[in-house]
Amino acid sequence: MSPPTAQDTARAYREFSKGIWQENPVFVQVLGMCPTLAVTNSAINALAMGTATTAVLMCSSVLVSLLARFIPSQVRISTYVIVIATFVTVVDFALQAIAPAVHKELGAFLSLIVVNCLILGRQEAFAARNPPHLALMDAAGMGLGFALALLCLGAAREVLGNGSLFGVSLFGKSFEPWVVMVLPPGGFLMLGVILLLFSYRLQRKKRHPEAASQEQAA
Amino acid sequence: MSDVQVPPEPGALRLVGTLTVAGFLAGLLLAATYELTLPTITANAQAALRAAVFQVVPGTTSMRKLVLAGERFVVADGSEDKNATVAYAAYGEGGALLGFALPADGPGFQDTIKLIYGYDPSRAHIVGMQVLESRETPGLGDKIFKDPKFAAEFDDLACTPEIKVVKHGTGSAPHEVDGITGATISSKSVVRILNEQNRRLLDKLPARDALPPAPTEPAQKEDSK
Repeated sequence: MSPPTAQDTARAYREFSKGIWQENPVFVQVLGMCPTLAVTNSAINALAMGTATTAVLMCSSVLVSLLARFIPSQVRISTYVIVIATFVTVVDFALQAIAPAVHKELGAFLSLIVVNCLILGRQEAFAARNPPHLALMDAAGMGLGFALALLCLGAAREVLGNGSLFGVSLFGKSFEPWVVMVLPPGGFLMLGVILLLFSYRLQRKKRHPEAASQEQAA
Repeated sequence: MSDVQVPPEPGALRLVGTLTVAGFLAGLLLAATYELTLPTITANAQAALRAAVFQVVPGTTSMRKLVLAGERFVVADGSEDKNATVAYAAYGEGGALLGFALPADGPGFQDTIKLIYGYDPSRAHIVGMQVLESRETPGLGDKIFKDPKFAAEFDDLACTPEIKVVKHGTGSAPHEVDGITGATISSKSVVRILNEQNRRLLDKLPARDALPPAPTEPAQKEDSK
């Protein structure tokens, strides 16, 4: 194997960074809404879910990228699902052993990572047709983007709905928590607000291409 | 899928073979992970249960698992059914029986509430209660385990006559519990669960002298070293 050229490094970096902002799985691609809405009622839950999903995504992507050549295309989806489900169960056991409290909070949603369309989507769209190291970069970037988006939502909802961040009380006793934010509707409200900001930014970019290109150059 | 070259149709054997191999490898990995994490998971569950029993029966230093066999609780020997009704005999310093910890569950406002409570048969009092699992509304119903005042209501509570929930601030009799404003249904559910379990199990608890002495295993005491 030849040593990586500058071009290779740039490509790898690009595959990594696109998931964090430009193609953010939650805010731009709007994928994986089930965990996004369900477990972001506190920052710690959001972080745990993001980390678990990232771990599953990275393991699955590398394996699928390595094995893609041997998998007949007729059974590729089923094989990907087997791969993903296996890693989800591994993560499930690991979390149960390491952090039982977090495992209890996430409950069924942990197993539901299997059907997170973000993960299957990355296997089909990227990992299966790219070499393992790029698949790993892509998965890491997408996973990080997903985790950051979840953390964003979780932190905002916890601060508003519970007056705390990572369980640490912020405002003292006089703060009247905005309970709806930690209930299911709060997830929709918060996600709506953030998606609004993202599409506003996108619209502005379309209308003022010069400003946008400057912003990108900066 | 335009850029994927479709190779000649592979045989059914190849398709089945691929999935079989994938399933086999997945099974291996899962079995390995299960074996690797099982001891820690069991230990965690044990520690959590222990902590709960020790909390609801104050002063406990060791415990013994009991299972319901017909009309009487007997000491568990490990062969019991997984769904058997269990209770825990709690022993204090010097091996004296302090009381029993009884797990119970029942419907709450949103989902099943699981709790464990301590019962002192010599005084027929409940001596502690801890909610183990619930999905009550955050900020309202979850006060049943977040409000220390509500939990304190169960620290010394008469079981006869039946426990009653009264409006907040009016409880005075030993069998009355101050309800929580804003969590009426949840606090009533907790009391209903206790009453039902009391009716079902209290007369089946073993007498003091029918129980073997306290187990000698070290109960994670600080003074053990």
